[in-house]
Amino acid sequence: MSSKIIISCEEANHVCDKTQYKEATLWEKVKLNIHLIYCKACREYTKNNTKLSQLFKNKPASLDASSKESLQAAFDKELANQQ
Amino acid sequence: MPKHVIDPNQWIKLYSDYLFNYTITRVNDSEKAKDLVQDTFFAGLKSMKNFKGEASERTWLISILKRKIIDHYRKINSNKGKAEVRISYSGDESEGDWLEERVADPFDKTAEDTLENTELGYAIDNCLEKLPAKQAQVLEMKTILNYETEAICNELDITASNLWVIIHRARTAMASCLEKNWF
Repeated sequence: MSSKIIISCEEANHVCDKTQYKEATLWEKVKLNIHLIYCKACREYTKNNTKLSQLFKNKPASLDASSKESLQAAFDKELANQQ
Repeated sequence: MPKHVIDPNQWIKLYSDYLFNYTITRVNDSEKAKDLVQDTFFAGLKSMKNFKGEASERTWLISILKRKIIDHYRKINSNKGKAEVRISYSGDESEGDWLEERVADPFDKTAEDTLENTELGYAIDNCLEKLPAKQAQVLEMKTILNYETEAICNELDITASNLWVIIHRARTAMASCLEKNWF
């Protein structure tokens, strides 16, 4: 990674992606923010990317298929016992 | 208002995701949450005859689940010798001995929130399906299952920079897919 302060849009987007997973370093985030000052396109990308992360966070958790199956199996057994 | 009927054959299909999601936001341990959901269904089965049809099945199951979650925390806390507040109460709908059961749940979602999040869930799944298989797989591992970058790279035999390129393409595609309704 270069130590230049000015980075390309490509690199800015890469840092932005890493930020979504809290994997960007402080120095990278500084460079990203400097880039965002003068680059409208990347501001837009960063905004949408952050919003996307938020949406993923709000996505309701669901049971995976295999544990749902085993739940159903255990439940059917219990149901048969009741009747 | 029509009386609600109870039909346990449909429970798992209709409510397991909802109950699981409700539990996971409160106990933060997916194995424990699965156990609690299963306990709830079993307890519901046992006390089916007490179902009066005043509330929907789902509401009724949630009220059982709430007690299971409280019991779960009480079990953890009893090891620490923490004081508990015991106050008897009785009312139209319920009675019991523990103050916690009467306390409003600050995490309780309003109906609207729940509906919106359910729709969001469908929308995200729908857009994930439209992505190329590899992108969907990587994005899901990284974003929903929260795997470490290194773990994904090892499992799929790709380099870290491959991974970030795939993630970037997937995120861009997801954003434009969800754009119409969610941005």
